[in-house]
Amino acid sequence: MEVSRHWRLNQQRYALVGEVCPNCGVKLFPPRDVCLECEAPAKELYTFTGLGEVFSYTTIYDPPAGFEHNAPYMVALIKLEEGPMVTAQLTDVDFTDVQIGMPVEMVTRKLRTDGAEGMIVYGYKFRPLVGEEVTSG
Amino acid sequence: MTDYDPKDGLLKPDRPVGIVGYGAYVPRYRLPATEVSRMWKGGTGGTPIDEKAVNGLDEDVVTMSIEAARDALARAQIDPREIRAVWVGSESHPYAVKPSSTIVAEAIGAVPTTQAADWEFACKAGTEAMQAAMGFVGSGMAKYALSIGMDTAQGRPGDALEYTAAAGGAAILIGPGAESVALINGSFSFVTDTPDFWRREHANYPSHGDRFTGEPAYFKHVTGAAERLMELLGTTAADYRWAVFHQPNVKFPERAAKLLGFSKEQIAPGLLSGRIGNTYSGSTMIGLTAILDVAEPGDRILMVSYGSGAGSDAFDLVTTERLAEVRHLAPSTETYIARRTPIDYATYSRYREKLKLN
Repeated sequence: MEVSRHWRLNQQRYALVGEVCPNCGVKLFPPRDVCLECEAPAKELYTFTGLGEVFSYTTIYDPPAGFEHNAPYMVALIKLEEGPMVTAQLTDVDFTDVQIGMPVEMVTRKLRTDGAEGMIVYGYKFRPLVGEEVTSG
Repeated sequence: MTDYDPKDGLLKPDRPVGIVGYGAYVPRYRLPATEVSRMWKGGTGGTPIDEKAVNGLDEDVVTMSIEAARDALARAQIDPREIRAVWVGSESHPYAVKPSSTIVAEAIGAVPTTQAADWEFACKAGTEAMQAAMGFVGSGMAKYALSIGMDTAQGRPGDALEYTAAAGGAAILIGPGAESVALINGSFSFVTDTPDFWRREHANYPSHGDRFTGEPAYFKHVTGAAERLMELLGTTAADYRWAVFHQPNVKFPERAAKLLGFSKEQIAPGLLSGRIGNTYSGSTMIGLTAILDVAEPGDRILMVSYGSGAGSDAFDLVTTERLAEVRHLAPSTETYIARRTPIDYATYSRYREKLKLN
């Protein structure tokens, strides 16, 4: 596992730090340094609220290498309230409870580990809003 | 000749300090104690609690600390760059070498102008970080310091601790008295070398001295710290609206309360172990968050942690008007406890990585 590649993404992975365009105000995630709308330079950092809703979702039963530990798990397209769409795992949710339009919030979780002795990679996932989640049992 | 006075020892900085934000975290999974009994005792015998909180596959002390810290910041309404220390107390840090605290500090936006460190003292690692934070803020060296007590506690399969060793904890942000939701009137620590519970390097599970964990360990230190603090501050149990003690089970804190003259009503809101288990470094601190969720302005609170090895940190707090203004800014501790999904022993075994895959 390339330690440096993960380390470079710490801010955006841990806390959804993207960018805001100083020209037209559009919020960018992931950070691209150039506004997708007006093509102006956009390097001002912006920390997203982490709130959004499920745009679409699927369940992964046959995970890619490195993600076997959590399978089966759900992956969703999340429409952030500031606009951008991100792909992320859903967590703390029963598969049958997920619906398009479901409000979710960002949490920082373990994404994967590099074996028993390698580094632990943390990053964003999304879960149903705490307090509004239907409790089971 | 010496100036030593055994009555000295009150930890109280020159400048008023208090709790300016707090956050709890309990993962969503619960292992009923009857599952442990079913597996190892044929379903016979009593159980020390109803159920314990279990972390999910993608959770550890780092992720849980981040959750609690974000709630503490939401209530404090401060810029995280003003935090000058991020301290995580735990006995289940995910790395043996590499701080949990730097990851937490990065995630909440406190880097790079901050101190960061991991603390360890069995179950009282979080409260000693609180005392250090009082010193940082009270001396004027820092405006805010974040102390976290969080654990994903280990219990050997079949051992008595497997019923209770749980996951959860709390983050307490210490800051200036004027911004506090609860002022800290003073603190006191009581420590001796008592080998009641330990885990050696590279060992997966802790060992303990069975019945030795009671009188010479838990009760001696909890009552020792509490009695001395109340003596130093001139208080009795009747002066407090609420009290919270470290909770390895339900019986120990109930008995400690009784020994110190506290009623069951005084400890009721903070006594969570029956429903979430023993969250180790998080145990006393998450009990305090549950009290802060229901306390009224001016309520006086006694808080006493316990860490094996052994020692107790006692705190005397009084809530302020600001508490009612900020507590709704993050989910209550009760909300996290109510968010529960029961699991069986097989699921627990997978989530706690007890299955050998190769």
